[in-house]
Amino acid sequence: MTPIHVSRRKFLSAASKFGAALAVLPLLRPFAAFAATERNTAAFSAKSMSDVIKAYGGADAKESTEITITAPEIAENGAVVPVTVESKIAGTRTISVLVEKNPAALSARFEIPEGTDAYAATRVKVGETSNLIAVVQTADGTFYAQKPVKVTLGGCGG
Amino acid sequence: MSDPMRIRASVVGDKVEVKVLMAHPMESGLRKNADGSIIPAHFIDRVVASCKGKTVLAADWGPAVSKNPYLSFRFSGAAKGDMVSVTWTDNKGDTRTDEAAIA
Repeated sequence: MTPIHVSRRKFLSAASKFGAALAVLPLLRPFAAFAATERNTAAFSAKSMSDVIKAYGGADAKESTEITITAPEIAENGAVVPVTVESKIAGTRTISVLVEKNPAALSARFEIPEGTDAYAATRVKVGETSNLIAVVQTADGTFYAQKPVKVTLGGCGG
Repeated sequence: MSDPMRIRASVVGDKVEVKVLMAHPMESGLRKNADGSIIPAHFIDRVVASCKGKTVLAADWGPAVSKNPYLSFRFSGAAKGDMVSVTWTDNKGDTRTDEAAIA
């Protein structure tokens, strides 16, 4: 056997191992991709604030005056209720907007990366007169604030 | 393909304020047609905004965000002329990305 054949054999063996590794890769990748974008369906179907917090792995939330919710006291049209949440708690990582009496409490959850203000404004549907709750997750725990909103026309009739 | 988003990004003090208006029905899946059949849910469930390759805001949304959603947020670390890009994905897998220069 000439040296070139020996190296060919080594090459083939190495190539087959490499091939096996390649074949495994696509099996692993979808799981990784799925984990990164997986939606927390438990949180989005939860009926109460404590269930939403639990779904995100949080413990008991403390009420905080450092979270400001800006929303109208009386919303004429429940389908479009402007809500602004601002947190002055250091290290705010997420802000969630909940409507207590909606069919599913959680409306939106904002992830706040470094360099972005702990502030988010959007518009939500409010089915009936209810409390708006803002839940803030920080490295030190979970905090919340709430504000009642009266609705004269429900947000679910569209 | 859905209608484009309207994105305004402007420098306010030392920060950038972004305002986005998306065109989407945000159907909750709880409403019924005149004939009593349920209108299937169709809503944006994920929004990601980025600037200069860095995510500046990400959000998971439920169907309780109002129709034609509005979103506003502020971030630092960008200047006039930089591009802000916003991508949404809905529960049917549709997606749309638009971008705007910071004014």
